[in-house]
Amino acid sequence: MSSQDMVEIRWHGRGGQGAKTACLLLADAAFSSGKYVQGFPEYGPERSGAPITAYNRISTERCGIHSNIYEPDYVVVVDEGLISCVDVTAGLKESGAIIINSSRSPEELRPLLKGYRGRVCTIDANRISREILGAVFPNTPMLAATVKVSRVVDPEKFAKDMEESFHHKFASKPQVIEGNMRVLKTSMEEVQG
Amino acid sequence: MAHLDRLSGNEAVAVAMRQIDPDVMGAFPITPSTEIPQYFAQYVADGLVHTELVTVESEHSSMSVCMGAAAAGGRAISATSSAGLALMYELLYVAASSRLPIVLAVSTRALSGPININNDHSDAMGARDAGWIQIYAENNQEVYDNYVQAFPIAETPEVRLPVMICQDGFITSHAVENIELLEDEEVKGFVGEYNPEHYLLNSREPLAVGPYDVTHYYMEHKKQEAEAMKNAKAAILEQARRFEALTGRKYGFFEEYRMEDAEEAIVVIGSTAGTAKATVDMLRAEGRKVGLVKVRVFRPFPGEELARALKHCRAVAVMDKSEGFSACGGPLFAETRSALYDLESRPKLINIVYGLGGRDVSTKDIAAVYDRLHHLAQTGQVGEVYTHMGVREEV
Amino acid sequence: MKRAKDIHENSPWQDLTPGGEIYEPATSLLFNTGDWRTQTPVFLEDKCKQCLLCVPYCPDSAIPVKDGKRGEFDLMHCKGCGICITACPFDAIVWKEAE
Repeated sequence: MSSQDMVEIRWHGRGGQGAKTACLLLADAAFSSGKYVQGFPEYGPERSGAPITAYNRISTERCGIHSNIYEPDYVVVVDEGLISCVDVTAGLKESGAIIINSSRSPEELRPLLKGYRGRVCTIDANRISREILGAVFPNTPMLAATVKVSRVVDPEKFAKDMEESFHHKFASKPQVIEGNMRVLKTSMEEVQG
Repeated sequence: MAHLDRLSGNEAVAVAMRQIDPDVMGAFPITPSTEIPQYFAQYVADGLVHTELVTVESEHSSMSVCMGAAAAGGRAISATSSAGLALMYELLYVAASSRLPIVLAVSTRALSGPININNDHSDAMGARDAGWIQIYAENNQEVYDNYVQAFPIAETPEVRLPVMICQDGFITSHAVENIELLEDEEVKGFVGEYNPEHYLLNSREPLAVGPYDVTHYYMEHKKQEAEAMKNAKAAILEQARRFEALTGRKYGFFEEYRMEDAEEAIVVIGSTAGTAKATVDMLRAEGRKVGLVKVRVFRPFPGEELARALKHCRAVAVMDKSEGFSACGGPLFAETRSALYDLESRPKLINIVYGLGGRDVSTKDIAAVYDRLHHLAQTGQVGEVYTHMGVREEV
Repeated sequence: MKRAKDIHENSPWQDLTPGGEIYEPATSLLFNTGDWRTQTPVFLEDKCKQCLLCVPYCPDSAIPVKDGKRGEFDLMHCKGCGICITACPFDAIVWKEAE
């Protein structure tokens, strides 16, 4: 197995925020585009609000490694507050990027990232979600921003696949599909850095 | 025709259960196997299976349900982990000695204490002498494939023993990965109809199951059970052969990975084998002669076959994901070392207890084991035989 | 089919049934447990009113009933516990005199 074409992503979130769901949705999206995927959370007792980690490996060949990810290509921070209590850039490759849910700009956040010199991206996932859906569900915007930044899946194909899965998932309440698709597209447009 | 999907290990097991459509499930939840009865209950609610789902108040009862159902002539299943398996302990022996071909999915987890919900093999290893066939998986694909093969092995007339289909809790039970699923009809065709010779619901033949066994008979019945476990070896290989004909996927007692000319090898069970294979590839790229044996079938233990696979190695590390407290090594080590005893010349052997209670194992950790083996092979100095990997200690 | 009558304490393991399964009813007829008895009850038919109270009390089902009437004890299974003697309201069961 060659590691060159494998992309490794680490998600940082809080219990109950949907980081694990976003991680599994990304695995779904990558699977739909013909990739080999892994999506798995680092488990412990489930405690709402406590920091949690989840991982993706996405590759053109099956990956047999079943360890956590120590040198990710991308890190996704679903809750900005985690930056001060979790070493989010640990092992993060400088050729990769960190994607943070924040209303602040990448320049404002970089000083908080322990000298990380790679790409810093931000997306105001809470605001986008609140404006379009009327409530804070940061995982869909974070997923969209991650796809846009990492291009681990073709963004257009991703949007199309997600629309299909929304039709399936929200078959009984089709009125929310349009909003979720707007969240997705807005997030891909607004991600900075 | 196979179709591709992406499923967690637990869901893969539940899908195999749905495709087999057994008669009875004794169900009681425990982390990390809970999703299995959860998915399966949905199949029952949706009318996708005809299974009688019996929700009970403990694992002692879920296994009792399975035993009653199996004795009655049905196919019976359950799923459990850790303390749940421990609570079944008494029944595990009764199920095996009553020769009931039950299939139990185990998402392995540490057996407390201290209390811990994460993965190791101490639950399944604790049940290794209960008379159950034990088959372990590296990933979601293998646990699915093993599950499909389980009933035909268990129900082989010369075997008639229950089977545990084990996978690593959380590490594969909760990891979503690509998987190739068989069509429902293919699974049903492979598993076939179950027509036991004797069963309680047969109105034409009164039957007593599990009678008291006085000393004059007990040892003879245990000898029968021991012979059945020996017979299981042929049945496991026969079902692997049929399964390969159906899917192209090859299974045996263990998998040898780059062992042809390997001088240093690791023997391991479960998901760590995948991480170790990646490490073997990296070290092979540097010219190192390293290999791996992944044990799939722990009961019956393929001792002679394993000895043949390892005899040409100079140094072997047997890795145990459970602590047997024998004060001289874990259970896989004890079996492997015993298997090598009859060889004229044997590799140097060390035991590494690792990954307890969910302690992560990376390619770097595995590379360090091969480095230790290399040093051992070069110097002949075995050093401490029984060690624990990655434990913090004052030096 | 392995029959209970062919299985005994000298049978080799190959001749036993898996898990000790028994494929027929009434195998107790093959096993005389009456010789565990140290005392023997005697049925006095002329005192008996056929109330049948002794029958359900007997722990070994050793009092046969036919056409609504009890008969002689089944001494192949009677253990001589004497419960029937206590249960009988008419003194129609007594211990046998020592021989």
